[in-house]
Amino acid sequence: MNSVILRSATNLLIAVLLLFSVFLMLRGHDLPGGGFIGGLLAASAVALYAIANGHRAAVRLLRVPPQALIAWGLALGVGAGFFALLQGDPYLTGQWLIFAFAGVEWKLSSPLVFDVGVYLVVVGVVLTMVFALEER
Amino acid sequence: MSWVLVAPVVLPLLTTAALFLLRERLEAQRVVSTTSAALGLVAAIVLLGRVSDGGIQVVQFGNWSAPFGISFVADHLSAIMVVISGVMATAVAVYALRDLDPARERLGYHPVFHVLLAGINGAFLTGDLFNLYVWFEVLLISSFVLLTLGNRREQLEGGVKYVAVNLVSSLIFLAATGLVYGTTGTLNMADLAVKLPQADPALVVTLSMLFLVAFGIKAAVFPLFFWLPASYHTPPVAVSAIFAGMLTKVGVYALIRAFTLLFVGDVALTHTILLWVAGLTMLTGVLGAAAQSEFRKILSFHIISQIGYMILGLALYTPLGLLGSVFYLVHHIVVKGNLFLVAGLARATGGSFELAKLGGLYRHRPLLAVLFVVPAFSLAGFPPLSGFWAKLVVVRAGLEAREWGFVAVALVVGLLTIYSMTKIWQAAFWTPAPEGTTLRDDVPRLLYAPVIALALLTLVIGFWSGPFVALAQAAATELLNPAAYVGAVLGPEAAAQLGGTP
Repeated sequence: MNSVILRSATNLLIAVLLLFSVFLMLRGHDLPGGGFIGGLLAASAVALYAIANGHRAAVRLLRVPPQALIAWGLALGVGAGFFALLQGDPYLTGQWLIFAFAGVEWKLSSPLVFDVGVYLVVVGVVLTMVFALEER
Repeated sequence: MSWVLVAPVVLPLLTTAALFLLRERLEAQRVVSTTSAALGLVAAIVLLGRVSDGGIQVVQFGNWSAPFGISFVADHLSAIMVVISGVMATAVAVYALRDLDPARERLGYHPVFHVLLAGINGAFLTGDLFNLYVWFEVLLISSFVLLTLGNRREQLEGGVKYVAVNLVSSLIFLAATGLVYGTTGTLNMADLAVKLPQADPALVVTLSMLFLVAFGIKAAVFPLFFWLPASYHTPPVAVSAIFAGMLTKVGVYALIRAFTLLFVGDVALTHTILLWVAGLTMLTGVLGAAAQSEFRKILSFHIISQIGYMILGLALYTPLGLLGSVFYLVHHIVVKGNLFLVAGLARATGGSFELAKLGGLYRHRPLLAVLFVVPAFSLAGFPPLSGFWAKLVVVRAGLEAREWGFVAVALVVGLLTIYSMTKIWQAAFWTPAPEGTTLRDDVPRLLYAPVIALALLTLVIGFWSGPFVALAQAAATELLNPAAYVGAVLGPEAAAQLGGTP
């Protein structure tokens, strides 16, 4: 779609949308949100970009093919369960690494890795569909 | 260690990820896909060994204790099914190396094949009703992709019927799952086995009928089978062989699980319905096959009639009947998957799936004829092949239960199966090739490898049936004693509530 207004607005919005999608994903551990909804939002941000600037521009913006996102997401999501096996716990048991750095308490965990995996899979799947339709 | 229990699902999923990353490199994809299928088989055999030695294996995902989290449970039945799915996956993965055109491979045959495997194995191993629904969806969606891969007209036609009917089944399954949760407040199957007997019996029977319809569509029983012969003959052989071997059997597995663990409160009613379903399934399947003249369509109708035997064993609900069901499942998956692969070889040699256009294969390729005879006569139940023992056990269970009518049906259906198999033999192998067809010599040798391996397995099951019967016996014993399953998942107190021995 060739519209100056949509293009300018999209270029401003996309950064906010992507940032908000990451925020949603991180928030998901204790509050409504999570990898799935975050991934949907990120995918719609890229889809908006594709509508405003064309399919080719969106593919360039993404840098990697969406199928690669599915692959890495799947690997992260499934792989996150293996941290538990190293500890001798059942598959997918949450493992936590909590430490203080730069005056802040950091909480790294295997559920976070899992959520990042879900996020990537959702972005990859939705964009595979969007790009396939846009190509027509 | 819990890794053997999750490996049959986790391995295909990781393989999918690797295959997506290798999407431009077909040769690497083939290597990874075949290796992973073989590794999956090894893992499954290790799992079966664990179950044989140490009893029912349980994993609580994420360490959330049952019934709140998702449990994976491997009893003998689950482990046997996972092993046999590993066998079929390996055979088909090898066959696909030479059967598929690069266009279909580039569209993603290999990764989707492994998603399908994850779905199948997940369905066999899960101990949670809603999780079972999820795995059914995983395998349904991936099978839809495989079915229509390549976009040929008849594929899409078959695919639409397949998906429409299976979505209805999923919908009923989901609704029934919701109702179960509303009734009992739990979805863990072991917990359900404890809580369903306390619920209103009329409600439980209604629920059981909803599940019968939902799983019955997946298993292609009478009168819900019409989607199967409409779709199974359309995709490439490497796809239809795994469908024919495994997919309906996931439905049969779910039926066995549901009607031995969950819905055993009113056996006189529910299992009598199953008995009639079984009889009619056998009969309609075999009669449908008699009217067909396309290699894979005949085989498709025979899937239906054979599923009748498995349901018959379940419906009798005796130790011998269930033993027969489990043994029949194993025998049937090997034989039927192999027959589809043979159909592929016949087409590669003779150029068609239509019996009218085939001929002279015996003279041209005696080996192929032998490879057809082994599974075909096993399917028909010739001694001493695997199908004979399978039928013998089911028929004997029927005699012990004094179901003379259904035993008669089973025997007549066996005879009619011979008729169909001799029809294929006559038309494709015995009569000379029709005018104007040339039989090819350039069929890749690798295509024969899985067919020979599966035929040998059929012979092994036939001649050394002892260990296989012993395994089926162990599965049947566990199935008739739900307290063991419940005890393994929820602990001895819950099992004591059921009044059995854990």
